[in-house]
Amino acid sequence: MTELNKVNDLVQYAAQIGDNGLIIGHRMSEWCFRAPSIELEMALMNCALDLIGQARELYSYAGKAGDEGKKEDDFAYLRDEQDFRNALLAEVPNGDWGDTIVRLFFMSAYNKLFYTKLAKSTDAELAAIGAKSLKEVTYHLRFSSEWLIRLGDGTEESHRRAQKSIDDLWAYTGELFTMTDAEKRLLEDGISVDVTALKADWDRLVGQILDQATLSVPENDWMQSGSKSEGRHTEHFGYIITDMQYMQRRYPGCEW
Amino acid sequence: MPKHTTEQITEKEWPLWEVFIRSKAGLDHKHCGSVHASDAEIALESARDVYTRRSEGISIWVVPSNAITASKPEDKESLFEPADDKIYRHPTFYDIPKGAGKM
Repeated sequence: MTELNKVNDLVQYAAQIGDNGLIIGHRMSEWCFRAPSIELEMALMNCALDLIGQARELYSYAGKAGDEGKKEDDFAYLRDEQDFRNALLAEVPNGDWGDTIVRLFFMSAYNKLFYTKLAKSTDAELAAIGAKSLKEVTYHLRFSSEWLIRLGDGTEESHRRAQKSIDDLWAYTGELFTMTDAEKRLLEDGISVDVTALKADWDRLVGQILDQATLSVPENDWMQSGSKSEGRHTEHFGYIITDMQYMQRRYPGCEW
Repeated sequence: MPKHTTEQITEKEWPLWEVFIRSKAGLDHKHCGSVHASDAEIALESARDVYTRRSEGISIWVVPSNAITASKPEDKESLFEPADDKIYRHPTFYDIPKGAGKM
């Protein structure tokens, strides 16, 4: 494989991990002024800022690794829908409190396992980003787990609605453990994480918390996919980037 | 199945918790505010999210507000003013040897 292809793979990989953070981070930022209490609003905004911060570091690195002189803003604000390769789970709408908690829980359980491995990447910069992000997502997992336990083991209504959130979002979890061709090639050099190997641990981790929450793991195993590999998104995605990119599209290069 | 029926939840507000933060090793926990939370674990997380965002702390205590017994403002005169004219209770009449350094 040529050096150029390796560079392209690395740029794509770093940007794709960043996309996960940016999109779910943006989704969580949509709770600003809408959360059930000031304490929860702060908690969600802290998570959002962590996730968007992770995206910034990964986009910066993708820009540095590539040879087009791209900056983090180019990745966030000037790419089109099909260029984003986040997992579909990151972009599904906030829904109710249960949907938001379950989405964060599924993603954080994955992130915790993923960043633990990324911290051992042979790429020093990805390893450093992994180590820093791991501390943040460990808290996200704690926060979302505690809430899920309370919703599941709370009242009849909170139990019913939390179970519905789990059932609704379950089909978006499979894509997290699929690998693109670039990821597979980078794995040969120990740069990327073998996410297929994380699935068993994720099932165990999620199963434990759902058990504590008196909630059940869905039995259906048909999974949604398409974004990570080909940039095929849910119908909700266009609205996210319209909102997110408006300023840079309307006033190119604007700074404040 | 869940512990509670929806009808059993009668309070509209979550209970109040007082938050104490230790800013660095060796210093005491200091009261810094309060949070509403359903239970102690959530109160701890909320305190973390609300009061330590700018690296203010290394340790947090949360205490149910209703567990605190407080003195009454109207008792101020009888409780505290009698101490005002008893300066001999301050250790200011001792000579401190130079070798002792700052006390």
